[in-house]
Amino acid sequence: MVQNIIDVRNLSKSFDISSKEPGLKGTIKHFFRRQTKSLKVIKDISFEIKEGEIVGFLGANGAGKTTILKMLCGLIYPSEGSIVVAGYLPFRRKENFLKNITLIMGQKQQLIWDLPPIESFFLNASIYDLDKFEAKKRIKKLSEMLEIDEEVFIPVRKLSLGQRMKSELLAALIHEPNILFLDEPTLGLDINAQRNLRKFLQKYNKETNATICLTSHYMKDITSLCKRVICVHQGAISYDGKLDLLLKKLSPVKEILIVCRSEDDAIKLENFGFPVKNKIKNEITIKIENNYITSSLKTILNNFDIVDLYINEPPIDEIIGKVLNNKEYDI
Amino acid sequence: MNLRKYLKVYKKFLHTSLASELEYKTNILVDLITAILSLIGSIFLLSIFFQNNGYIGGWTFEQALIIQGIYTILNGITNTWFNPNLTEIVKHIREGTLDFVLIKPIDSQFFISLKKINPSGFLEIILGFFLLFFCIRINQINLNLSFLTQSLITISCSICILYSLWFFISTTTIWFVKTWNAIEVLRSFLYIGRFPLNSFSFSLRIFFSIFIPIAFITTIPSEVFLGLSQLWKILLEVIVTSVFLITSRKFWLFALKSYSSASS
Repeated sequence: MVQNIIDVRNLSKSFDISSKEPGLKGTIKHFFRRQTKSLKVIKDISFEIKEGEIVGFLGANGAGKTTILKMLCGLIYPSEGSIVVAGYLPFRRKENFLKNITLIMGQKQQLIWDLPPIESFFLNASIYDLDKFEAKKRIKKLSEMLEIDEEVFIPVRKLSLGQRMKSELLAALIHEPNILFLDEPTLGLDINAQRNLRKFLQKYNKETNATICLTSHYMKDITSLCKRVICVHQGAISYDGKLDLLLKKLSPVKEILIVCRSEDDAIKLENFGFPVKNKIKNEITIKIENNYITSSLKTILNNFDIVDLYINEPPIDEIIGKVLNNKEYDI
Repeated sequence: MNLRKYLKVYKKFLHTSLASELEYKTNILVDLITAILSLIGSIFLLSIFFQNNGYIGGWTFEQALIIQGIYTILNGITNTWFNPNLTEIVKHIREGTLDFVLIKPIDSQFFISLKKINPSGFLEIILGFFLLFFCIRINQINLNLSFLTQSLITISCSICILYSLWFFISTTTIWFVKTWNAIEVLRSFLYIGRFPLNSFSFSLRIFFSIFIPIAFITTIPSEVFLGLSQLWKILLEVIVTSVFLITSRKFWLFALKSYSSASS
Protein backbone atom coordinates (compact mmCIF):
# COMPACT_ATOMS: atom_id res chain seq x y z
CA MET A 1 0.00 0.00 0.00
CA VAL A 2 1.29 3.45 -0.90
CA GLN A 3 2.09 5.54 2.16
CA ASN A 4 0.91 9.09 2.79
CA ILE A 5 3.92 11.36 2.50
CA ILE A 6 2.04 14.57 3.34
CA ASP A 7 -0.58 14.75 6.04
CA VAL A 8 -2.34 18.03 6.76
CA ARG A 9 -4.95 18.33 9.51
CA ASN A 10 -7.14 21.36 10.26
CA LEU A 11 -4.51 23.77 9.04
CA SER A 12 -5.11 27.51 9.37
CA LYS A 13 -2.93 30.55 8.89
CA SER A 14 -3.58 34.16 9.78
CA PHE A 15 -1.54 37.21 8.81
CA ASP A 16 -1.63 40.71 10.25
CA ILE A 17 -2.40 42.98 7.33
CA SER A 18 -2.33 46.78 7.47
CA SER A 19 -4.70 48.78 5.30
CA LYS A 20 -4.37 52.38 4.13
CA GLU A 21 -6.95 54.93 3.02
CA PRO A 22 -6.19 56.74 -0.26
CA GLY A 23 -4.74 60.25 -0.48
CA LEU A 24 -2.31 62.31 1.60
CA LYS A 25 -4.57 62.30 4.66
CA GLY A 26 -4.72 58.53 4.52
CA THR A 27 -0.94 58.31 4.14
CA ILE A 28 -0.31 60.53 7.20
CA LYS A 29 -2.87 58.61 9.22
CA HIS A 30 -1.26 55.34 8.10
CA PHE A 31 2.19 56.61 9.12
CA PHE A 32 1.19 57.62 12.67
CA ARG A 33 -1.53 55.14 13.47
CA ARG A 34 -1.28 52.00 11.42
CA GLN A 35 -4.49 50.01 11.39
CA THR A 36 -3.80 46.30 11.24
CA LYS A 37 -6.23 43.47 11.20
CA SER A 38 -5.76 39.75 11.38
CA LEU A 39 -6.71 38.05 8.14
CA LYS A 40 -7.28 34.30 8.05
CA VAL A 41 -5.80 33.30 4.70
CA ILE A 42 -5.99 29.54 5.20
CA LYS A 43 -9.11 28.19 6.86
CA ASP A 44 -9.11 24.80 8.52
CA ILE A 45 -7.95 22.66 5.61
CA SER A 46 -7.12 18.95 5.70
CA PHE A 47 -5.73 16.64 3.02
CA GLU A 48 -3.26 13.82 2.45
CA ILE A 49 -0.90 13.21 -0.43
CA LYS A 50 0.51 9.80 -1.27
CA GLU A 51 4.10 9.05 -2.20
CA GLY A 52 4.67 9.50 -5.95
CA GLU A 53 1.46 11.49 -6.50
CA ILE A 54 1.40 14.65 -8.61
CA VAL A 55 -1.15 17.02 -7.15
CA GLY A 56 -2.17 20.33 -8.68
CA PHE A 57 -3.28 23.19 -6.44
CA LEU A 58 -5.80 25.32 -8.29
CA GLY A 59 -7.17 28.65 -7.22
CA ALA A 60 -7.58 32.27 -8.18
CA ASN A 61 -4.86 34.80 -7.31
CA GLY A 62 -4.72 35.24 -3.55
CA ALA A 63 -6.68 32.06 -2.85
CA GLY A 64 -3.89 30.73 -0.62
CA LYS A 65 -2.14 28.13 -2.83
CA THR A 66 1.37 29.52 -2.36
CA THR A 67 0.84 29.95 1.39
CA ILE A 68 -0.10 26.26 1.60
CA LEU A 69 3.03 25.25 -0.33
CA LYS A 70 5.20 27.46 1.86
CA MET A 71 3.75 25.93 5.01
CA LEU A 72 4.39 22.46 3.56
CA CYS A 73 8.07 23.28 3.05
CA GLY A 74 8.41 24.85 6.48
CA LEU A 75 8.92 28.44 5.40
CA ILE A 76 5.84 29.75 7.17
CA TYR A 77 4.66 28.75 10.63
CA PRO A 78 1.06 27.55 10.70
CA SER A 79 -1.30 29.39 13.08
CA GLU A 80 -3.36 26.29 13.86
CA GLY A 81 -3.47 22.63 12.89
CA SER A 82 -0.77 20.12 12.04
CA ILE A 83 1.40 19.29 9.04
CA VAL A 84 3.55 16.20 8.71
CA VAL A 85 5.75 15.90 5.61
CA ALA A 86 7.85 12.76 5.16
CA GLY A 87 7.51 12.12 8.89
CA TYR A 88 8.76 15.60 9.88
CA LEU A 89 7.15 18.76 11.18
CA PRO A 90 8.20 21.11 8.34
CA PHE A 91 8.56 24.33 10.34
CA ARG A 92 11.29 22.75 12.47
CA ARG A 93 13.38 22.56 9.27
CA LYS A 94 15.43 19.55 10.34
CA GLU A 95 18.41 18.83 8.09
CA ASN A 96 17.08 15.44 6.93
CA PHE A 97 13.71 16.97 6.07
CA LEU A 98 15.33 19.76 4.04
CA LYS A 99 17.44 17.21 2.16
CA ASN A 100 14.19 15.52 1.13
CA ILE A 101 12.41 18.52 -0.36
CA THR A 102 12.86 21.28 -2.87
CA LEU A 103 11.00 24.44 -3.80
CA ILE A 104 10.93 25.99 -7.24
CA MET A 105 9.28 29.35 -7.78
CA GLY A 106 8.69 30.54 -11.31
CA GLN A 107 8.95 34.18 -10.36
CA LYS A 108 12.03 33.99 -8.14
CA GLN A 109 15.48 32.70 -8.79
CA GLN A 110 18.32 31.30 -6.75
CA LEU A 111 21.01 31.12 -9.44
CA ILE A 112 23.94 33.54 -9.11
CA TRP A 113 23.13 36.20 -11.69
CA ASP A 114 26.64 37.05 -12.89
CA LEU A 115 28.00 33.51 -13.08
CA PRO A 116 27.23 30.47 -15.24
CA PRO A 117 24.66 28.09 -13.66
CA ILE A 118 27.35 25.43 -13.18
CA GLU A 119 28.81 27.55 -10.33
CA SER A 120 25.45 27.59 -8.54
CA PHE A 121 25.11 23.83 -9.07
CA PHE A 122 28.43 23.15 -7.36
CA LEU A 123 27.59 25.59 -4.56
CA ASN A 124 24.32 23.75 -3.93
CA ALA A 125 26.17 20.42 -4.14
CA SER A 126 28.47 21.54 -1.31
CA ILE A 127 25.47 22.68 0.76
CA TYR A 128 23.89 19.24 0.31
CA ASP A 129 27.24 17.69 1.20
CA LEU A 130 27.77 15.94 -2.14
CA ASP A 131 31.31 15.15 -3.20
CA LYS A 132 32.63 16.53 -6.48
CA PHE A 133 32.37 13.22 -8.33
CA GLU A 134 28.74 12.63 -7.28
CA ALA A 135 27.83 16.25 -8.07
CA LYS A 136 29.32 15.98 -11.57
CA LYS A 137 27.44 12.73 -12.17
CA ARG A 138 24.10 14.25 -11.13
CA ILE A 139 24.66 17.47 -13.10
CA LYS A 140 25.41 15.39 -16.21
CA LYS A 141 22.32 13.22 -15.74
CA LEU A 142 19.96 16.12 -15.05
CA SER A 143 21.36 18.32 -17.82
CA GLU A 144 20.76 15.46 -20.26
CA MET A 145 17.19 15.06 -19.01
CA LEU A 146 16.60 18.81 -19.22
CA GLU A 147 18.40 19.08 -22.55
CA ILE A 148 20.76 21.82 -21.43
CA ASP A 149 24.38 21.37 -22.28
CA GLU A 150 26.49 24.40 -23.20
CA GLU A 151 24.02 26.72 -21.47
CA VAL A 152 25.33 25.71 -18.04
CA PHE A 153 28.62 27.46 -18.86
CA ILE A 154 27.03 30.77 -19.93
CA PRO A 155 26.40 33.53 -17.33
CA VAL A 156 22.81 33.39 -16.06
CA ARG A 157 22.12 36.99 -17.09
CA LYS A 158 22.70 35.99 -20.73
CA LEU A 159 20.36 32.98 -20.74
CA SER A 160 16.81 33.03 -22.06
CA LEU A 161 13.95 32.63 -19.56
CA GLY A 162 13.43 29.00 -20.61
CA GLN A 163 17.12 28.13 -20.25
CA ARG A 164 17.18 29.90 -16.88
CA MET A 165 14.17 27.96 -15.64
CA LYS A 166 15.74 24.67 -16.68
CA SER A 167 18.91 25.67 -14.84
CA GLU A 168 16.81 26.63 -11.80
CA LEU A 169 15.29 23.16 -11.89
CA LEU A 170 18.70 21.53 -12.09
CA ALA A 171 19.96 23.61 -9.15
CA ALA A 172 16.89 22.66 -7.13
CA LEU A 173 17.08 18.95 -7.95
CA ILE A 174 20.79 18.29 -7.56
CA HIS A 175 20.19 16.65 -4.16
CA GLU A 176 17.56 14.33 -5.69
CA PRO A 177 14.66 15.32 -3.43
CA ASN A 178 11.65 13.07 -2.90
CA ILE A 179 9.17 15.91 -2.65
CA LEU A 180 8.98 18.79 -5.11
CA PHE A 181 7.03 21.96 -4.39
CA LEU A 182 6.58 23.87 -7.62
CA ASP A 183 5.01 27.31 -7.53
CA GLU A 184 4.08 28.33 -11.08
CA PRO A 185 7.19 26.79 -12.64
CA THR A 186 6.16 27.59 -16.23
CA LEU A 187 5.37 31.25 -15.59
CA GLY A 188 6.40 33.39 -18.55
CA LEU A 189 7.79 30.50 -20.61
CA ASP A 190 6.92 30.04 -24.28
CA ILE A 191 4.80 27.05 -25.39
CA ASN A 192 7.78 24.84 -26.31
CA ALA A 193 9.64 25.61 -23.09
CA GLN A 194 6.46 24.83 -21.10
CA ARG A 195 6.05 21.52 -22.90
CA ASN A 196 9.69 20.55 -22.32
CA LEU A 197 9.42 21.36 -18.64
CA ARG A 198 6.27 19.26 -18.28
CA LYS A 199 7.93 16.40 -20.12
CA PHE A 200 10.88 16.61 -17.75
CA LEU A 201 8.66 16.61 -14.65
CA GLN A 202 6.74 13.57 -15.91
CA LYS A 203 10.00 11.74 -16.54
CA TYR A 204 11.45 12.75 -13.17
CA ASN A 205 8.31 11.54 -11.39
CA LYS A 206 8.37 8.25 -13.28
CA GLU A 207 12.06 7.59 -12.68
CA THR A 208 12.30 8.67 -9.02
CA ASN A 209 8.70 8.23 -7.78
CA ALA A 210 8.98 11.75 -6.38
CA THR A 211 5.87 13.45 -5.01
CA ILE A 212 5.07 16.70 -6.76
CA CYS A 213 2.86 19.52 -5.47
CA LEU A 214 2.25 22.06 -8.19
CA THR A 215 0.50 25.37 -8.56
CA SER A 216 -0.01 26.84 -11.99
CA HIS A 217 -2.35 29.15 -13.84
CA TYR A 218 -1.64 27.29 -17.08
CA MET A 219 -4.30 24.60 -17.35
CA LYS A 220 -2.12 22.58 -19.68
CA ASP A 221 0.38 22.08 -16.81
CA ILE A 222 -2.39 20.74 -14.62
CA THR A 223 -4.09 18.52 -17.21
CA SER A 224 -0.90 16.93 -18.49
CA LEU A 225 0.74 16.38 -15.09
CA CYS A 226 -1.91 16.01 -12.40
CA LYS A 227 -4.47 13.27 -11.98
CA ARG A 228 -5.57 14.85 -8.74
CA VAL A 229 -6.33 18.48 -8.03
CA ILE A 230 -7.00 20.44 -4.86
CA CYS A 231 -9.04 23.56 -5.54
CA VAL A 232 -8.53 26.39 -3.07
CA HIS A 233 -11.14 29.11 -2.77
CA GLN A 234 -10.60 31.96 -0.31
CA GLY A 235 -8.33 29.85 1.86
CA ALA A 236 -10.59 26.80 2.02
CA ILE A 237 -10.58 23.63 -0.07
CA SER A 238 -13.51 23.68 -2.48
CA TYR A 239 -12.63 20.42 -4.24
CA ASP A 240 -10.13 17.63 -3.63
CA GLY A 241 -10.21 14.71 -6.03
CA LYS A 242 -9.59 13.41 -9.51
CA LEU A 243 -9.34 16.00 -12.26
CA ASP A 244 -11.37 13.99 -14.80
CA LEU A 245 -14.21 13.55 -12.28
CA LEU A 246 -14.26 17.28 -11.72
CA LEU A 247 -14.38 17.93 -15.44
CA LYS A 248 -17.20 15.42 -15.92
CA LYS A 249 -19.15 16.91 -13.06
CA LEU A 250 -18.72 20.47 -14.26
CA SER A 251 -19.19 19.70 -17.89
CA PRO A 252 -21.77 16.88 -18.08
CA VAL A 253 -22.59 17.55 -21.74
CA LYS A 254 -20.61 17.60 -24.97
CA GLU A 255 -21.41 19.69 -27.99
CA ILE A 256 -21.70 17.85 -31.31
CA LEU A 257 -21.61 19.69 -34.60
CA ILE A 258 -23.40 17.69 -37.29
CA VAL A 259 -23.13 18.54 -40.99
CA CYS A 260 -26.24 17.11 -42.74
CA ARG A 261 -26.53 16.32 -46.48
CA SER A 262 -29.32 18.91 -46.89
CA GLU A 263 -31.08 21.62 -44.94
CA ASP A 264 -34.19 19.39 -44.81
CA ASP A 265 -32.19 16.73 -42.93
CA ALA A 266 -31.05 19.40 -40.51
CA ILE A 267 -34.65 20.48 -39.90
CA LYS A 268 -35.68 16.84 -39.34
CA LEU A 269 -32.86 16.43 -36.84
CA GLU A 270 -33.85 19.66 -35.12
CA ASN A 271 -37.32 18.27 -34.59
CA PHE A 272 -36.11 14.85 -33.43
CA GLY A 273 -35.85 15.87 -29.78
CA PHE A 274 -32.15 16.54 -29.08
CA PRO A 275 -31.41 19.83 -27.28
CA VAL A 276 -30.24 22.13 -30.07
CA LYS A 277 -27.71 24.87 -29.42
CA ASN A 278 -27.90 26.44 -32.85
CA LYS A 279 -28.61 25.69 -36.52
CA ILE A 280 -27.11 27.35 -39.57
CA LYS A 281 -28.34 25.98 -42.91
CA ASN A 282 -27.36 22.28 -43.01
CA GLU A 283 -25.14 22.51 -39.88
CA ILE A 284 -26.66 21.87 -36.50
CA THR A 285 -25.05 21.86 -33.04
CA ILE A 286 -26.67 19.69 -30.37
CA LYS A 287 -25.84 19.03 -26.71
CA ILE A 288 -25.67 15.45 -25.46
CA GLU A 289 -24.98 14.17 -21.95
CA ASN A 290 -21.65 12.34 -21.62
CA ASN A 291 -23.38 9.07 -20.65
CA TYR A 292 -25.52 9.02 -23.80
CA ILE A 293 -22.96 10.00 -26.43
CA THR A 294 -22.53 6.54 -27.99
CA SER A 295 -26.21 5.63 -28.15
CA SER A 296 -27.22 9.06 -29.42
CA LEU A 297 -24.60 9.00 -32.19
CA LYS A 298 -25.80 5.53 -33.22
CA THR A 299 -29.38 6.84 -33.53
CA ILE A 300 -28.27 9.88 -35.54
CA LEU A 301 -26.11 7.89 -37.94
CA ASN A 302 -28.86 5.28 -38.51
CA ASN A 303 -31.68 7.76 -39.10
CA PHE A 304 -30.14 10.76 -40.87
CA ASP A 305 -28.00 11.43 -43.92
CA ILE A 306 -24.84 12.82 -42.31
CA VAL A 307 -21.83 14.24 -44.19
CA ASP A 308 -19.58 14.92 -41.18
CA LEU A 309 -19.64 15.40 -37.41
CA TYR A 310 -17.37 16.93 -34.73
CA ILE A 311 -17.40 16.30 -30.98
CA ASN A 312 -16.25 19.42 -29.12
CA GLU A 313 -14.77 19.21 -25.63
CA PRO A 314 -15.66 22.35 -23.64
CA PRO A 315 -12.58 24.53 -23.00
CA ILE A 316 -10.93 23.39 -19.75
CA ASP A 317 -10.01 26.93 -18.73
CA GLU A 318 -13.71 27.79 -18.75
CA ILE A 319 -14.59 24.80 -16.57
CA ILE A 320 -11.81 25.40 -14.07
CA GLY A 321 -12.76 29.07 -14.03
CA LYS A 322 -16.14 27.98 -12.64
CA VAL A 323 -14.40 26.09 -9.81
CA LEU A 324 -12.23 29.06 -8.90
CA ASN A 325 -15.30 31.19 -8.39
CA ASN A 326 -17.31 28.72 -6.35
CA LYS A 327 -17.10 27.64 -2.78
CA GLU A 328 -17.74 23.94 -2.78
CA TYR A 329 -18.01 20.98 -5.11
CA ASP A 330 -19.11 17.64 -3.78
CA ILE A 331 -18.18 14.88 -6.15
CA MET B 1 27.35 21.13 13.17
CA ASN B 2 29.46 19.51 10.48
CA LEU B 3 32.55 21.75 10.43
CA ARG B 4 34.06 20.11 7.34
CA LYS B 5 30.88 20.77 5.36
CA TYR B 6 30.72 24.39 6.52
CA LEU B 7 34.36 24.96 5.53
CA LYS B 8 33.66 23.43 2.13
CA VAL B 9 30.60 25.65 1.67
CA TYR B 10 32.55 28.73 2.77
CA LYS B 11 35.26 27.92 0.23
CA LYS B 12 32.52 27.85 -2.43
CA PHE B 13 31.12 31.17 -1.16
CA LEU B 14 34.58 32.72 -1.51
CA HIS B 15 35.02 31.28 -4.96
CA THR B 16 31.60 32.31 -6.33
CA SER B 17 31.60 35.82 -4.88
CA LEU B 18 35.16 36.52 -6.04
CA ALA B 19 34.23 35.25 -9.50
CA SER B 20 31.07 37.44 -9.49
CA GLU B 21 32.99 40.56 -8.46
CA LEU B 22 35.79 39.95 -10.94
CA GLU B 23 33.21 40.10 -13.74
CA TYR B 24 33.22 43.88 -13.20
CA LYS B 25 36.86 45.00 -13.24
CA THR B 26 36.19 48.77 -13.37
CA ASN B 27 33.95 48.59 -10.33
CA ILE B 28 36.71 46.89 -8.31
CA LEU B 29 39.24 49.49 -9.46
CA VAL B 30 36.94 52.36 -8.40
CA ASP B 31 36.37 50.69 -5.01
CA LEU B 32 40.12 50.31 -4.47
CA ILE B 33 40.79 53.96 -5.31
CA THR B 34 37.93 55.02 -2.99
CA ALA B 35 39.43 52.99 -0.12
CA ILE B 36 42.83 54.67 -0.51
CA LEU B 37 41.38 58.18 -0.83
CA SER B 38 39.07 57.60 2.13
CA LEU B 39 42.01 56.64 4.38
CA ILE B 40 44.08 59.63 3.25
CA GLY B 41 41.08 61.92 3.87
CA SER B 42 40.51 60.51 7.36
CA ILE B 43 44.14 60.97 8.40
CA PHE B 44 44.10 64.51 6.99
CA LEU B 45 40.93 65.31 8.97
CA LEU B 46 42.46 63.90 12.14
CA SER B 47 45.63 65.95 11.62
CA ILE B 48 43.50 69.15 11.35
CA PHE B 49 41.95 68.42 14.76
CA PHE B 50 45.40 68.10 16.28
CA GLN B 51 46.91 71.09 14.48
CA ASN B 52 46.41 73.68 17.23
CA ASN B 53 46.33 71.36 20.17
CA GLY B 54 48.77 68.51 20.76
CA TYR B 55 46.20 66.48 22.72
CA ILE B 56 42.52 65.62 22.33
CA GLY B 57 40.96 63.88 25.31
CA GLY B 58 44.47 63.08 26.54
CA TRP B 59 45.49 61.36 23.26
CA THR B 60 48.32 62.52 21.00
CA PHE B 61 48.00 62.49 17.20
CA GLU B 62 50.23 59.39 16.97
CA GLN B 63 48.05 57.60 19.53
CA ALA B 64 44.84 58.66 17.83
CA LEU B 65 46.21 57.13 14.63
CA ILE B 66 45.89 53.72 16.34
CA ILE B 67 42.12 54.23 16.57
CA GLN B 68 42.14 55.25 12.91
CA GLY B 69 44.04 52.02 12.10
CA ILE B 70 41.54 49.87 13.99
CA TYR B 71 38.65 51.80 12.45
CA THR B 72 40.13 51.19 8.96
CA ILE B 73 40.42 47.43 9.64
CA LEU B 74 36.83 47.33 10.94
CA ASN B 75 35.59 49.38 8.03
CA GLY B 76 37.42 46.98 5.68
CA ILE B 77 35.73 44.02 7.36
CA THR B 78 32.41 45.87 7.14
CA ASN B 79 32.91 46.48 3.43
CA THR B 80 34.20 42.96 2.75
CA TRP B 81 31.58 40.94 4.61
CA PHE B 82 28.90 42.90 6.46
CA ASN B 83 27.90 45.35 3.77
CA PRO B 84 27.43 42.89 0.88
CA ASN B 85 25.70 40.29 3.06
CA LEU B 86 23.76 42.02 5.79
CA THR B 87 22.26 44.69 3.54
CA GLU B 88 21.17 41.81 1.30
CA ILE B 89 18.96 40.48 4.14
CA VAL B 90 16.63 43.41 3.53
CA LYS B 91 16.45 42.46 -0.16
CA HIS B 92 15.95 38.77 0.68
CA ILE B 93 12.99 39.61 2.90
CA ARG B 94 11.43 42.24 0.65
CA GLU B 95 11.60 39.99 -2.40
CA GLY B 96 10.98 36.69 -0.63
CA THR B 97 14.25 35.07 -1.77
CA LEU B 98 14.99 34.22 1.85
CA ASP B 99 12.83 31.18 1.02
CA PHE B 100 15.74 29.68 -0.92
CA VAL B 101 18.02 30.11 2.08
CA LEU B 102 15.58 28.64 4.59
CA ILE B 103 14.90 25.48 2.61
CA LYS B 104 18.58 24.56 2.44
CA PRO B 105 20.10 22.18 4.99
CA ILE B 106 22.53 24.79 6.28
CA ASP B 107 22.41 27.32 9.08
CA SER B 108 20.52 30.30 7.68
CA GLN B 109 22.51 32.84 9.71
CA PHE B 110 25.78 31.40 8.38
CA PHE B 111 24.44 31.49 4.83
CA ILE B 112 23.16 35.04 4.82
CA SER B 113 26.10 36.44 6.80
CA LEU B 114 28.90 34.98 4.72
CA LYS B 115 27.63 34.20 1.23
CA LYS B 116 29.18 37.23 -0.44
CA ILE B 117 32.46 39.07 -0.14
CA ASN B 118 33.57 42.34 -1.63
CA PRO B 119 37.26 41.89 -2.46
CA SER B 120 37.97 45.64 -2.53
CA GLY B 121 37.38 45.70 1.26
CA PHE B 122 40.54 43.59 1.61
CA LEU B 123 42.66 46.59 0.63
CA GLU B 124 41.21 48.58 3.54
CA ILE B 125 42.04 45.74 5.93
CA ILE B 126 45.61 45.64 4.60
CA LEU B 127 45.91 49.44 4.81
CA GLY B 128 44.55 49.34 8.36
CA PHE B 129 47.17 46.78 9.38
CA PHE B 130 49.91 48.85 7.72
CA LEU B 131 48.75 51.89 9.68
CA LEU B 132 48.71 49.85 12.90
CA PHE B 133 52.25 48.58 12.31
CA PHE B 134 53.32 52.14 11.62
CA CYS B 135 51.67 53.23 14.91
CA ILE B 136 53.43 50.39 16.76
CA ARG B 137 56.76 51.80 15.53
CA ILE B 138 56.12 55.48 16.19
CA ASN B 139 54.54 54.82 19.59
CA GLN B 140 57.38 52.37 20.43
CA ILE B 141 55.00 49.57 21.43
CA ASN B 142 56.62 46.39 22.68
CA LEU B 143 55.34 43.41 20.64
CA ASN B 144 55.13 40.65 23.24
CA LEU B 145 52.79 37.66 23.62
CA SER B 146 50.54 39.40 26.15
CA PHE B 147 50.10 42.40 23.83
CA LEU B 148 49.36 40.22 20.81
CA THR B 149 46.83 38.09 22.75
CA GLN B 150 45.06 41.14 24.17
CA SER B 151 44.92 42.94 20.83
CA LEU B 152 43.68 39.81 19.07
CA ILE B 153 40.93 39.30 21.67
CA THR B 154 39.78 42.93 21.68
CA ILE B 155 39.81 43.33 17.88
CA SER B 156 37.91 40.02 17.46
CA CYS B 157 35.39 41.23 20.03
CA SER B 158 35.01 44.53 18.14
CA ILE B 159 34.26 42.65 14.92
CA CYS B 160 31.70 40.43 16.68
CA ILE B 161 29.94 43.36 18.38
CA LEU B 162 29.72 45.28 15.14
CA TYR B 163 28.43 42.19 13.33
CA SER B 164 25.83 41.47 16.03
CA LEU B 165 24.54 45.04 16.03
CA TRP B 166 24.26 45.09 12.26
CA PHE B 167 22.68 41.66 12.11
CA PHE B 168 20.22 42.60 14.86
CA ILE B 169 19.07 45.68 12.93
CA SER B 170 18.83 43.70 9.67
CA THR B 171 16.73 41.06 11.40
CA THR B 172 14.08 43.62 12.29
CA THR B 173 13.40 43.78 8.54
CA ILE B 174 11.21 40.71 9.05
CA TRP B 175 8.69 43.02 10.75
CA PHE B 176 9.54 46.47 9.42
CA VAL B 177 10.60 45.42 5.88
CA LYS B 178 12.82 48.49 5.26
CA THR B 179 15.63 49.20 7.75
CA TRP B 180 18.33 50.75 5.57
CA ASN B 181 18.16 54.01 7.52
CA ALA B 182 18.89 52.26 10.80
CA ILE B 183 21.97 50.65 9.22
CA GLU B 184 23.15 54.06 7.98
CA VAL B 185 22.79 55.40 11.54
CA LEU B 186 24.93 52.50 12.78
CA ARG B 187 27.60 53.28 10.17
CA SER B 188 27.57 56.94 11.28
CA PHE B 189 28.17 55.89 14.89
CA LEU B 190 31.03 53.70 13.75
CA TYR B 191 32.41 56.77 11.98
CA ILE B 192 32.38 58.58 15.33
CA GLY B 193 34.40 55.67 16.72
CA ARG B 194 37.46 56.97 14.85
CA PHE B 195 37.93 59.54 17.59
CA PRO B 196 39.05 58.76 21.18
CA LEU B 197 36.08 58.27 23.49
CA ASN B 198 37.61 60.69 26.02
CA SER B 199 37.25 63.51 23.51
CA PHE B 200 33.45 63.41 23.94
CA SER B 201 31.39 64.86 26.81
CA PHE B 202 30.52 62.62 29.76
CA SER B 203 26.92 62.06 28.68
CA LEU B 204 27.98 61.11 25.14
CA ARG B 205 30.61 58.77 26.57
CA ILE B 206 27.91 56.98 28.57
CA PHE B 207 25.71 56.82 25.45
CA PHE B 208 28.52 55.41 23.30
CA SER B 209 29.42 52.87 25.96
CA ILE B 210 25.97 51.55 26.77
CA PHE B 211 23.56 52.10 23.91
CA ILE B 212 25.91 52.03 20.96
CA PRO B 213 29.02 50.29 22.25
CA ILE B 214 31.56 52.34 20.28
CA ALA B 215 33.81 52.23 23.34
CA PHE B 216 34.02 48.47 23.01
CA ILE B 217 34.46 48.58 19.27
CA THR B 218 37.42 50.93 18.84
CA THR B 219 38.56 52.55 22.10
CA ILE B 220 39.30 49.45 24.21
CA PRO B 221 41.38 47.77 21.46
CA SER B 222 43.26 51.07 21.06
CA GLU B 223 44.00 51.18 24.80
CA VAL B 224 45.60 47.75 24.47
CA PHE B 225 48.00 49.19 21.88
CA LEU B 226 48.92 52.03 24.22
CA GLY B 227 49.41 49.78 27.23
CA LEU B 228 46.52 51.54 28.98
CA SER B 229 44.22 48.54 29.03
CA GLN B 230 42.93 47.05 32.22
CA LEU B 231 42.05 43.38 32.57
CA TRP B 232 38.51 44.11 33.78
CA LYS B 233 37.80 46.15 30.67
CA ILE B 234 38.94 43.31 28.38
CA LEU B 235 36.87 40.80 30.38
CA LEU B 236 33.90 43.14 30.20
CA GLU B 237 34.37 43.40 26.43
CA VAL B 238 34.38 39.59 26.13
CA ILE B 239 31.18 39.39 28.20
CA VAL B 240 29.49 42.18 26.22
CA THR B 241 30.50 40.44 22.96
CA SER B 242 29.04 37.11 24.13
CA VAL B 243 25.80 38.84 25.13
CA PHE B 244 25.58 40.59 21.76
CA LEU B 245 26.32 37.43 19.77
CA ILE B 246 23.88 35.25 21.71
CA THR B 247 21.15 37.90 21.65
CA SER B 248 21.43 38.48 17.90
CA ARG B 249 21.34 34.71 17.28
CA LYS B 250 18.26 34.20 19.49
CA PHE B 251 16.60 37.23 17.96
CA TRP B 252 17.12 35.83 14.44
CA LEU B 253 15.61 32.46 15.37
CA PHE B 254 12.70 34.21 17.06
CA ALA B 255 12.17 36.53 14.06
CA LEU B 256 12.03 33.61 11.63
CA LYS B 257 8.84 32.48 13.34
CA SER B 258 7.23 35.68 12.14
CA TYR B 259 8.61 35.41 8.60
CA SER B 260 5.70 35.52 6.21
CA SER B 261 7.65 35.40 2.94
CA ALA B 262 6.78 37.68 0.04
CA SER B 263 3.67 37.04 -1.96
CA SER B 264 4.13 35.45 -5.37
